[in-house]
Amino acid sequence: MLEVRNISAGYGSFRALFGVSIEVRAGEAVGVIGPNGAGKTTLLRVISKIISPESGQVMMQGQDLRQVAAHRVVEMGIAHVPEHRRLFPRLTVEENLRMGAFHPEARRRFAERLDFVYELFPRMKERRDQLAGTMSGGEQQMCAIGRALMSGPKLLLMDEPSAGLAPVIVQQVFDLVRRIRAEGYTVLIVEQNIQQVLQVVDRAYLLEVGTIKQSGNAADLLASPEIRRAYLGI
Amino acid sequence: MFDSFLLESIINGLLLGGVLALLALGLNLIFGVIDVVWICYAELVMIGMYAIYWLYVFYGVPLPGAVIAAVLAVALLGVLLHRLVIEPVLGTAPINQLLVTGGVLFFLQAAATLAFGIEFRNLGIRMPLVEFGDMFFSFARILAFITALVGVFLLWLFLTRTYLGTAIRAISQDREIMPLMGVDPRRIYLITSAIGGGMAGMAASLLVLQYDVHPAIGLSFGPITFMVCVMGGLGNMLGGFIAAFIFAQFISVGGYLFQIEWGYVIAFCFFIAMMFIRPKGLFSR
Repeated sequence: MLEVRNISAGYGSFRALFGVSIEVRAGEAVGVIGPNGAGKTTLLRVISKIISPESGQVMMQGQDLRQVAAHRVVEMGIAHVPEHRRLFPRLTVEENLRMGAFHPEARRRFAERLDFVYELFPRMKERRDQLAGTMSGGEQQMCAIGRALMSGPKLLLMDEPSAGLAPVIVQQVFDLVRRIRAEGYTVLIVEQNIQQVLQVVDRAYLLEVGTIKQSGNAADLLASPEIRRAYLGI
Repeated sequence: MFDSFLLESIINGLLLGGVLALLALGLNLIFGVIDVVWICYAELVMIGMYAIYWLYVFYGVPLPGAVIAAVLAVALLGVLLHRLVIEPVLGTAPINQLLVTGGVLFFLQAAATLAFGIEFRNLGIRMPLVEFGDMFFSFARILAFITALVGVFLLWLFLTRTYLGTAIRAISQDREIMPLMGVDPRRIYLITSAIGGGMAGMAASLLVLQYDVHPAIGLSFGPITFMVCVMGGLGNMLGGFIAAFIFAQFISVGGYLFQIEWGYVIAFCFFIAMMFIRPKGLFSR
């Protein structure tokens, strides 16, 4: 579904990615794991065209995203749950969800998808008129995921959904990811919480200082001695 | 003892507040969304006043038609201002944005002087006075007040009930992620500029019924509009709305209790005092 080929990217003179290639097949959940500053967020930002790469290309269902304007990427079926959630704090929960359904096709199906999101997150329905910025971190994460789902994506990009949340809530967030998978979405998730994320994805790539160091089945990675030593402290 | 003159000046202040609120709202919208202050905002109003004057007096266009044409023309002027002047310096130091729109102020003033001369011109329409008890109110002011409130209400509906309006509010809260929502920020900026210009045109149509138009008319209400916006907290539309009515009361009641000029002096003193006490605006969080 998604093919990232040989991407190099950075900010100004700083380079964050050096020729990164990954692939996500339809129906899969794929993780990109690695330490802080490895370039994981940059990779997602390149895919959704928040930043442009220096070289390389991104293909979504055979379409080269270089030919797609940044604000049309979402119409290609890619929804991005950004790092730190990035809700609109002074809009209500429902207004945030409405923003997720901005593009014409999504507007037509707003009511139907709103029902779906409220069914998935009953808490959001209770809080529909509350300002998003006043909710707890876990609730904001639900709202951010809901907002992304409102666009009717084929592929969901999630950037550190567990960051900054209390341990109990982290567990809930990974349960959420499982439920979203079960709904049939293809998911690309970026996480530092390696132990947890490897339990919800099928495959993963290990990204270190801007290059893919290792990739494979989640179970194999979880068992890999290098990963256990470097990241899981075992 | 009941002082009907005091009541009259309070009500006049309320009527004035409506127009100030409309003026402030356009400026606040632009600042809140694009993060740019249109220093030349009152000059757009001036152009709108001339447009109505010209269409009505010289071409004999009926007033409602002239008003609609002027609102559309100033909306277009707002779009051009954004596209030609602001967009090239967007993302550079804020002082550049102040300087370019300041430059447009002088450009528009000079252009109006060249085109229309420095004479004071008016539509020649005498609006009746409305008598209420032993109080008198200008019909033009009442009309302006009602129209301004309707304009404010329509803008509020647009901003809260439509996708585009929600996007306009959202973009001021997080610019960078707007493309992730499928929103093209450039398009939102152009639409916002058109609305800001349209509000200036609407204010022009209300002011031209009460005041003579001349190339420097912008100076009579430009500074007040800025002060209202700053007092309410730049970009805070509700704050600006309330500040407009407070300011208008100072001008109107102060003018009644002392002299007309003193009304402005008191209002400006209040503004300066507020800047020391609440520099981020009356309603800053």
